[in-house]
Amino acid sequence: MKELVANYKRHKMIYWLTLPVILYFIVFSYLPMAGLVMAFQDFSPRKGFLGSEWVGLTNFVEFFTSSNFIRVTKNTLALSLLDLLFGFPAPIILALLLNEIKGRLFKRTVQTVSYLPYFLSTAIICGLIIDFTGSSGPLTTAIAPLLGKSGNLLGMPEMFRPLFVSTNIWQMVGYNSIIYLAALSRVDTDQYEAARIDGAGYWKQCLHVTIPGISSTIIIMLILNMGHLLTVNFEKVLLLYNSAIYETADVISTYIYRQGILNHDYGYSTAVGLFNSVIGMLLIITANYISRKYSETRLF
Amino acid sequence: MDKSIGRRLFLAMDYALLALIALLCLAPMWHTLSASLSSPGALNANKSLLLFPAGEITFKGYSIVFANASIWKSYLNTLLYVTGGTLLGITMTALGAFTLSRSYFRPANTLMLLITFTMLFNGGMIPNYILIQKLGLYNSAWALILPTMVNVFHLIILRTSFQGVPVSLEESAKLDGASDLYIFLKIILPLSKASIAVIVLFIAVMHWNSWFPASLYIADRAKYPLQIILREILIDGSTNMTSGGANASITMYKSLIKYCTVIVSTLPVLAIYPFIQKYFAKGVMIGAIKG
Repeated sequence: MKELVANYKRHKMIYWLTLPVILYFIVFSYLPMAGLVMAFQDFSPRKGFLGSEWVGLTNFVEFFTSSNFIRVTKNTLALSLLDLLFGFPAPIILALLLNEIKGRLFKRTVQTVSYLPYFLSTAIICGLIIDFTGSSGPLTTAIAPLLGKSGNLLGMPEMFRPLFVSTNIWQMVGYNSIIYLAALSRVDTDQYEAARIDGAGYWKQCLHVTIPGISSTIIIMLILNMGHLLTVNFEKVLLLYNSAIYETADVISTYIYRQGILNHDYGYSTAVGLFNSVIGMLLIITANYISRKYSETRLF
Repeated sequence: MDKSIGRRLFLAMDYALLALIALLCLAPMWHTLSASLSSPGALNANKSLLLFPAGEITFKGYSIVFANASIWKSYLNTLLYVTGGTLLGITMTALGAFTLSRSYFRPANTLMLLITFTMLFNGGMIPNYILIQKLGLYNSAWALILPTMVNVFHLIILRTSFQGVPVSLEESAKLDGASDLYIFLKIILPLSKASIAVIVLFIAVMHWNSWFPASLYIADRAKYPLQIILREILIDGSTNMTSGGANASITMYKSLIKYCTVIVSTLPVLAIYPFIQKYFAKGVMIGAIKG
């Protein structure tokens, strides 16, 4: 403490310059954490945090015993896992495909075009999805023979997950491939030479030189993605879903939104949010622990 | 280099596959552009991907969209929120990154730990919502700007970048009696222009695309950002705001208006896209070095 005072006296200005940033984090990060006490209250904004009735774990019990608990948890996990399963390898594959191309013009054109969807806002992307999948939308027309039926695709519960995941890939694949392309450009060319001398074909070179060369990047990105397993692109779900497809489309965050913001059930929705945050944190810590144990890379 | 048959076959398939991917990325946007120039009747009857405008080329949709006061008003609002939010955001982020990167600032590591923790755990939607109400920010532009001022990820990126500035520069300035603020403004900032530019870009894009906070906190139509108006037109399919009068014809133009709105609201982004593209690529790189 004494040391701190001495340090303050010597570098006063640094302390004062940091103050606004500290205040920001207190007000907008730590105060909301304190607000989590609502999860244990029958909160009413009029009575405030001190005046509202304490209800212990009632809100949690209510959530865990409701049919919504299974539905929203299952949907959140399903969307995240499918997103990880298909969305994670996609940019790696694109980068590997691009890496083999020697024609610069072609390569740059494909790259530039594939970044484009990334620059569309969520509202626009969802607007386009709704239009393309409407009963007379181009996508509906195109896949109607495969489905054996036609109509509004976003009205069919079984279509939500494929549409959500594939449009995510469509939007993100180009942009996410940048990082892998950069990693690929750093792979040591001498190693290819050595592999060729050892008689390795292109496929063997890819397997034994290219992939190991970018594996640390892949692992970092995988941990980052696993940490965010519970944070599905909630704003996109909110814009796309409708009550006809809640059974596959309703996720934890949209449920919190409806219960908290629309129905003003603040205590209950805070409890659901707390559940979501805690699981999310555990996921990040686990992902980091695993990566620490089995590889050199870690997040913190 | 040997060019075996297998290799040639692979390369041919590689080119074909990449061309297909590029087409898939482009097709929806090309369709949108074509549709926005179509004649309303032909567009409403159309059920497939458009390579060319359906029916005769018209600019009717654009004239309706351009005549729509809500779009322009919200455009201006968004510009205001993007400018204000970005200026305030980069100032705060850079300031924090600077002080927290100084080795002689004792509490820096403890503070960094507390700040990083907010990335792992946060209050969530409802406590934030209540907070904004209690702070009296409801229906104010500040509700869109203040809560997102400092992004921890950006702070970490800038801090790492500032740490890379050689200490000797700072020390010699200090010998000449330079203050911390002087060092920040005259030495650290000019030497970190590239990373600052990247973070400015990230913050600006975040504000440009943001719609959810505005849907929670902004009640007054006159303060709506563009994305909220886009949601009304594209998602809710609302057209009541478009030139009130002839209702029957408005329904007919609904589809056309949607496509024109998409083009009008995306064009500025696509126009500056070639100039910012390299910064984005750079940003991904900086972000990944320290995840």
